[in-house]
Amino acid sequence: MSTLTKTEDTPAATAPEAFLSVRDLRVRFSTEDGIVKAVDGLSFDVERGKTLGIVGESGSGKSVTNLTVLGLHNRKTTDIQGEIILDGQELNSAPEREMEKLRGNKAAMIFQDPLTALSPYYTVGRQLSEPFMKHRGASKKEARDRAIEMLTKVGIPQPQTRFDDYPHQFSGGMRQRAMIAMALMCDPELLIADEPTTALDVTVQAQILDLLKDLQQEFGSAIIFITHDLGVIANMADDLLVMYAGRAVERGTVREVLQTPSHPYTWGLLSSMPRLTGDIDEELVPIPGSPPSLLNPPSGCPFNPRCAYSGHVADSLCTTERPPLAPGRAAACHLTAGQKQTIFVNEIKPRLG
Amino acid sequence: MSNNVTLPEQQGPEAGTAATREPLLAVENMKMHFPIYGGFPIKRKVGAVRAVDGVDFQVFPGESLGLVGESGCGKSTTGRMVTRLLEPTAGKITYSGRDITHAKRRELAPIRSEIQMIFQDPYSSLNPRQTVGTIIKSPMEINGINPPGGREKKVRELLELVGLNPEHYNRFPHEFSGGQRQRIGVARALALEPKLIVADEPVSALDVSIQAQVVNLLQKVQDELGIAFLFIAHDLAIVRHFSHRVAVMYLGKIVEVADRESLYTRPRHPYTHALLSAVPEVDLDTEHKERIRLAGDVPSPISPPSGCRFRTRCWKAQDKCATDEPPLVQISGNKEGHLTACHFPEAPSIEARVEDVVMDPALAALEKDHTEG
Repeated sequence: MSTLTKTEDTPAATAPEAFLSVRDLRVRFSTEDGIVKAVDGLSFDVERGKTLGIVGESGSGKSVTNLTVLGLHNRKTTDIQGEIILDGQELNSAPEREMEKLRGNKAAMIFQDPLTALSPYYTVGRQLSEPFMKHRGASKKEARDRAIEMLTKVGIPQPQTRFDDYPHQFSGGMRQRAMIAMALMCDPELLIADEPTTALDVTVQAQILDLLKDLQQEFGSAIIFITHDLGVIANMADDLLVMYAGRAVERGTVREVLQTPSHPYTWGLLSSMPRLTGDIDEELVPIPGSPPSLLNPPSGCPFNPRCAYSGHVADSLCTTERPPLAPGRAAACHLTAGQKQTIFVNEIKPRLG
Repeated sequence: MSNNVTLPEQQGPEAGTAATREPLLAVENMKMHFPIYGGFPIKRKVGAVRAVDGVDFQVFPGESLGLVGESGCGKSTTGRMVTRLLEPTAGKITYSGRDITHAKRRELAPIRSEIQMIFQDPYSSLNPRQTVGTIIKSPMEINGINPPGGREKKVRELLELVGLNPEHYNRFPHEFSGGQRQRIGVARALALEPKLIVADEPVSALDVSIQAQVVNLLQKVQDELGIAFLFIAHDLAIVRHFSHRVAVMYLGKIVEVADRESLYTRPRHPYTHALLSAVPEVDLDTEHKERIRLAGDVPSPISPPSGCRFRTRCWKAQDKCATDEPPLVQISGNKEGHLTACHFPEAPSIEARVEDVVMDPALAALEKDHTEG
């Protein structure tokens, strides 16, 4: 069922099948301190109507990747290499005018903080109408009707009067609903949700997540869902990509990655999270150390300074050679499949309860 | 007032060990109303934000009380009143038998060293112009404490205790990562050997992998030094992991308080049910868990709903809920110390219901379409 497996086996032949396909993406920023390798050789695919979850800590390159997909980086200061193919169209080399036609139309984004992503100067209605008028050539009246329809759909009470309100008159949950309505104005085929519920309370988060899921069923959009919360991902995504230091370290379906994780970083993430149903006396097992600087990432596997299992690998391969991420269900780690299996069953699984 | 029911004395972390102990901190009907001024040309008080509107709870020595709730429910304000950074509008705070509700600066001085605080944001709570040594040392200087072996030695010990290198004594906060900074904050809170620490969202600004480091550190501190904690957080899983007893707040009131086990497995208040069911879980086979989706956001604390404050979002609300405010009492069948403020409590179970509770109109409409189409 996963495209990941299908396309990666023979990337050249079947690549068009995936709706969005990112190949060997590298994003670098020049700063005063040196070159930041924010994304370093990342490949993934998203199928129509499916949700790809991307998890990782802050600074792992999840947001940068998705801003790149929509061409939102300043091209003068950012060095972007690799291919981004959306529905057969190469985006990395596309001129700005092409990207403008695409943004808010075929591909839309839901940002983390709706208060900073919405302009305080314009009414919510005007901000909703703008992309519809621009992309569809609709009149003001048509755009208004469409906006009210979308506001109703996402559950804003009294949309006719709320249309003329400013963002500050909305509560946090309502602003996020308005952002979702805005992203859905032109029936996008790709929706990028960058931590859409991180700023919200847990009961509101549950409403928004269910709303997104139901809307996806109705609109059939592909969604890239970025978050640091594995619980949210478990609820939302079909496929999962775990990122660390600008690279994908593990990939597979959500079920595969969460139930039989096979990268030490994923093990670490899962065992450092307290659960509502876990054993209370079981101590949390944090990942030692802190994420590496992307100015000067560690040689070899970027996780090796924090990894408890690098001793199991012969010839200190972990510090010298970067482990590749095989196609399909895979983890970028030098441990052999047998070693991973033993460690997971004996040490990790008991911790997860 | 009906909510003046205080907690029974004999409940503690483990009822056996804590029985008959005096509470370290007792809060009765504590209120904080922030005035709103308006009008021209003379500004007058036109209303009040009723951030905390009558809460009662107790913290026993060595116990950890968790305080959970959504943003704006008054949990941080409660923490600030307990440390007396704010003076309550009404009510009473008793710390080891002494009333500190309206204590003056001078009267508070000896108590301040016993109640310490750990702040949420490790970036803004450390002075960037002071070295780590100075930061941790200053509480001792202010309180004129001279530990044996000198203050510097004590600071180095504290650094070691919280898992930092004592040689980092002369470094500045910017040289540390978020998790390490939070450790500095913990070391500072421990410098005066407090009896009570108010931890206001101590890990919510940290990355997932770092959160566990700090939670473990706090747990170690609590176990080894026997410090009581008022642990304020919005993350139910972390509160469960850390607290012996848990109080749930909604719009300035405590709606339910119980020992950890009861609150997480046999909650009675509908809001507690809604909160627990909203937590996204990694476990993929959660079919057995109930599903409750509330509508809208928390109402404004400027004009909270009459009667039960949760009634505007509650699926069980009836006329009585609008007129009578439910008292925080022990409902029959609940364990000692499990108090709930509800007229129509839910069944004590978090198992899936026959029908999901979906209050959100948009969600309900979409789901109806899907099941029909």
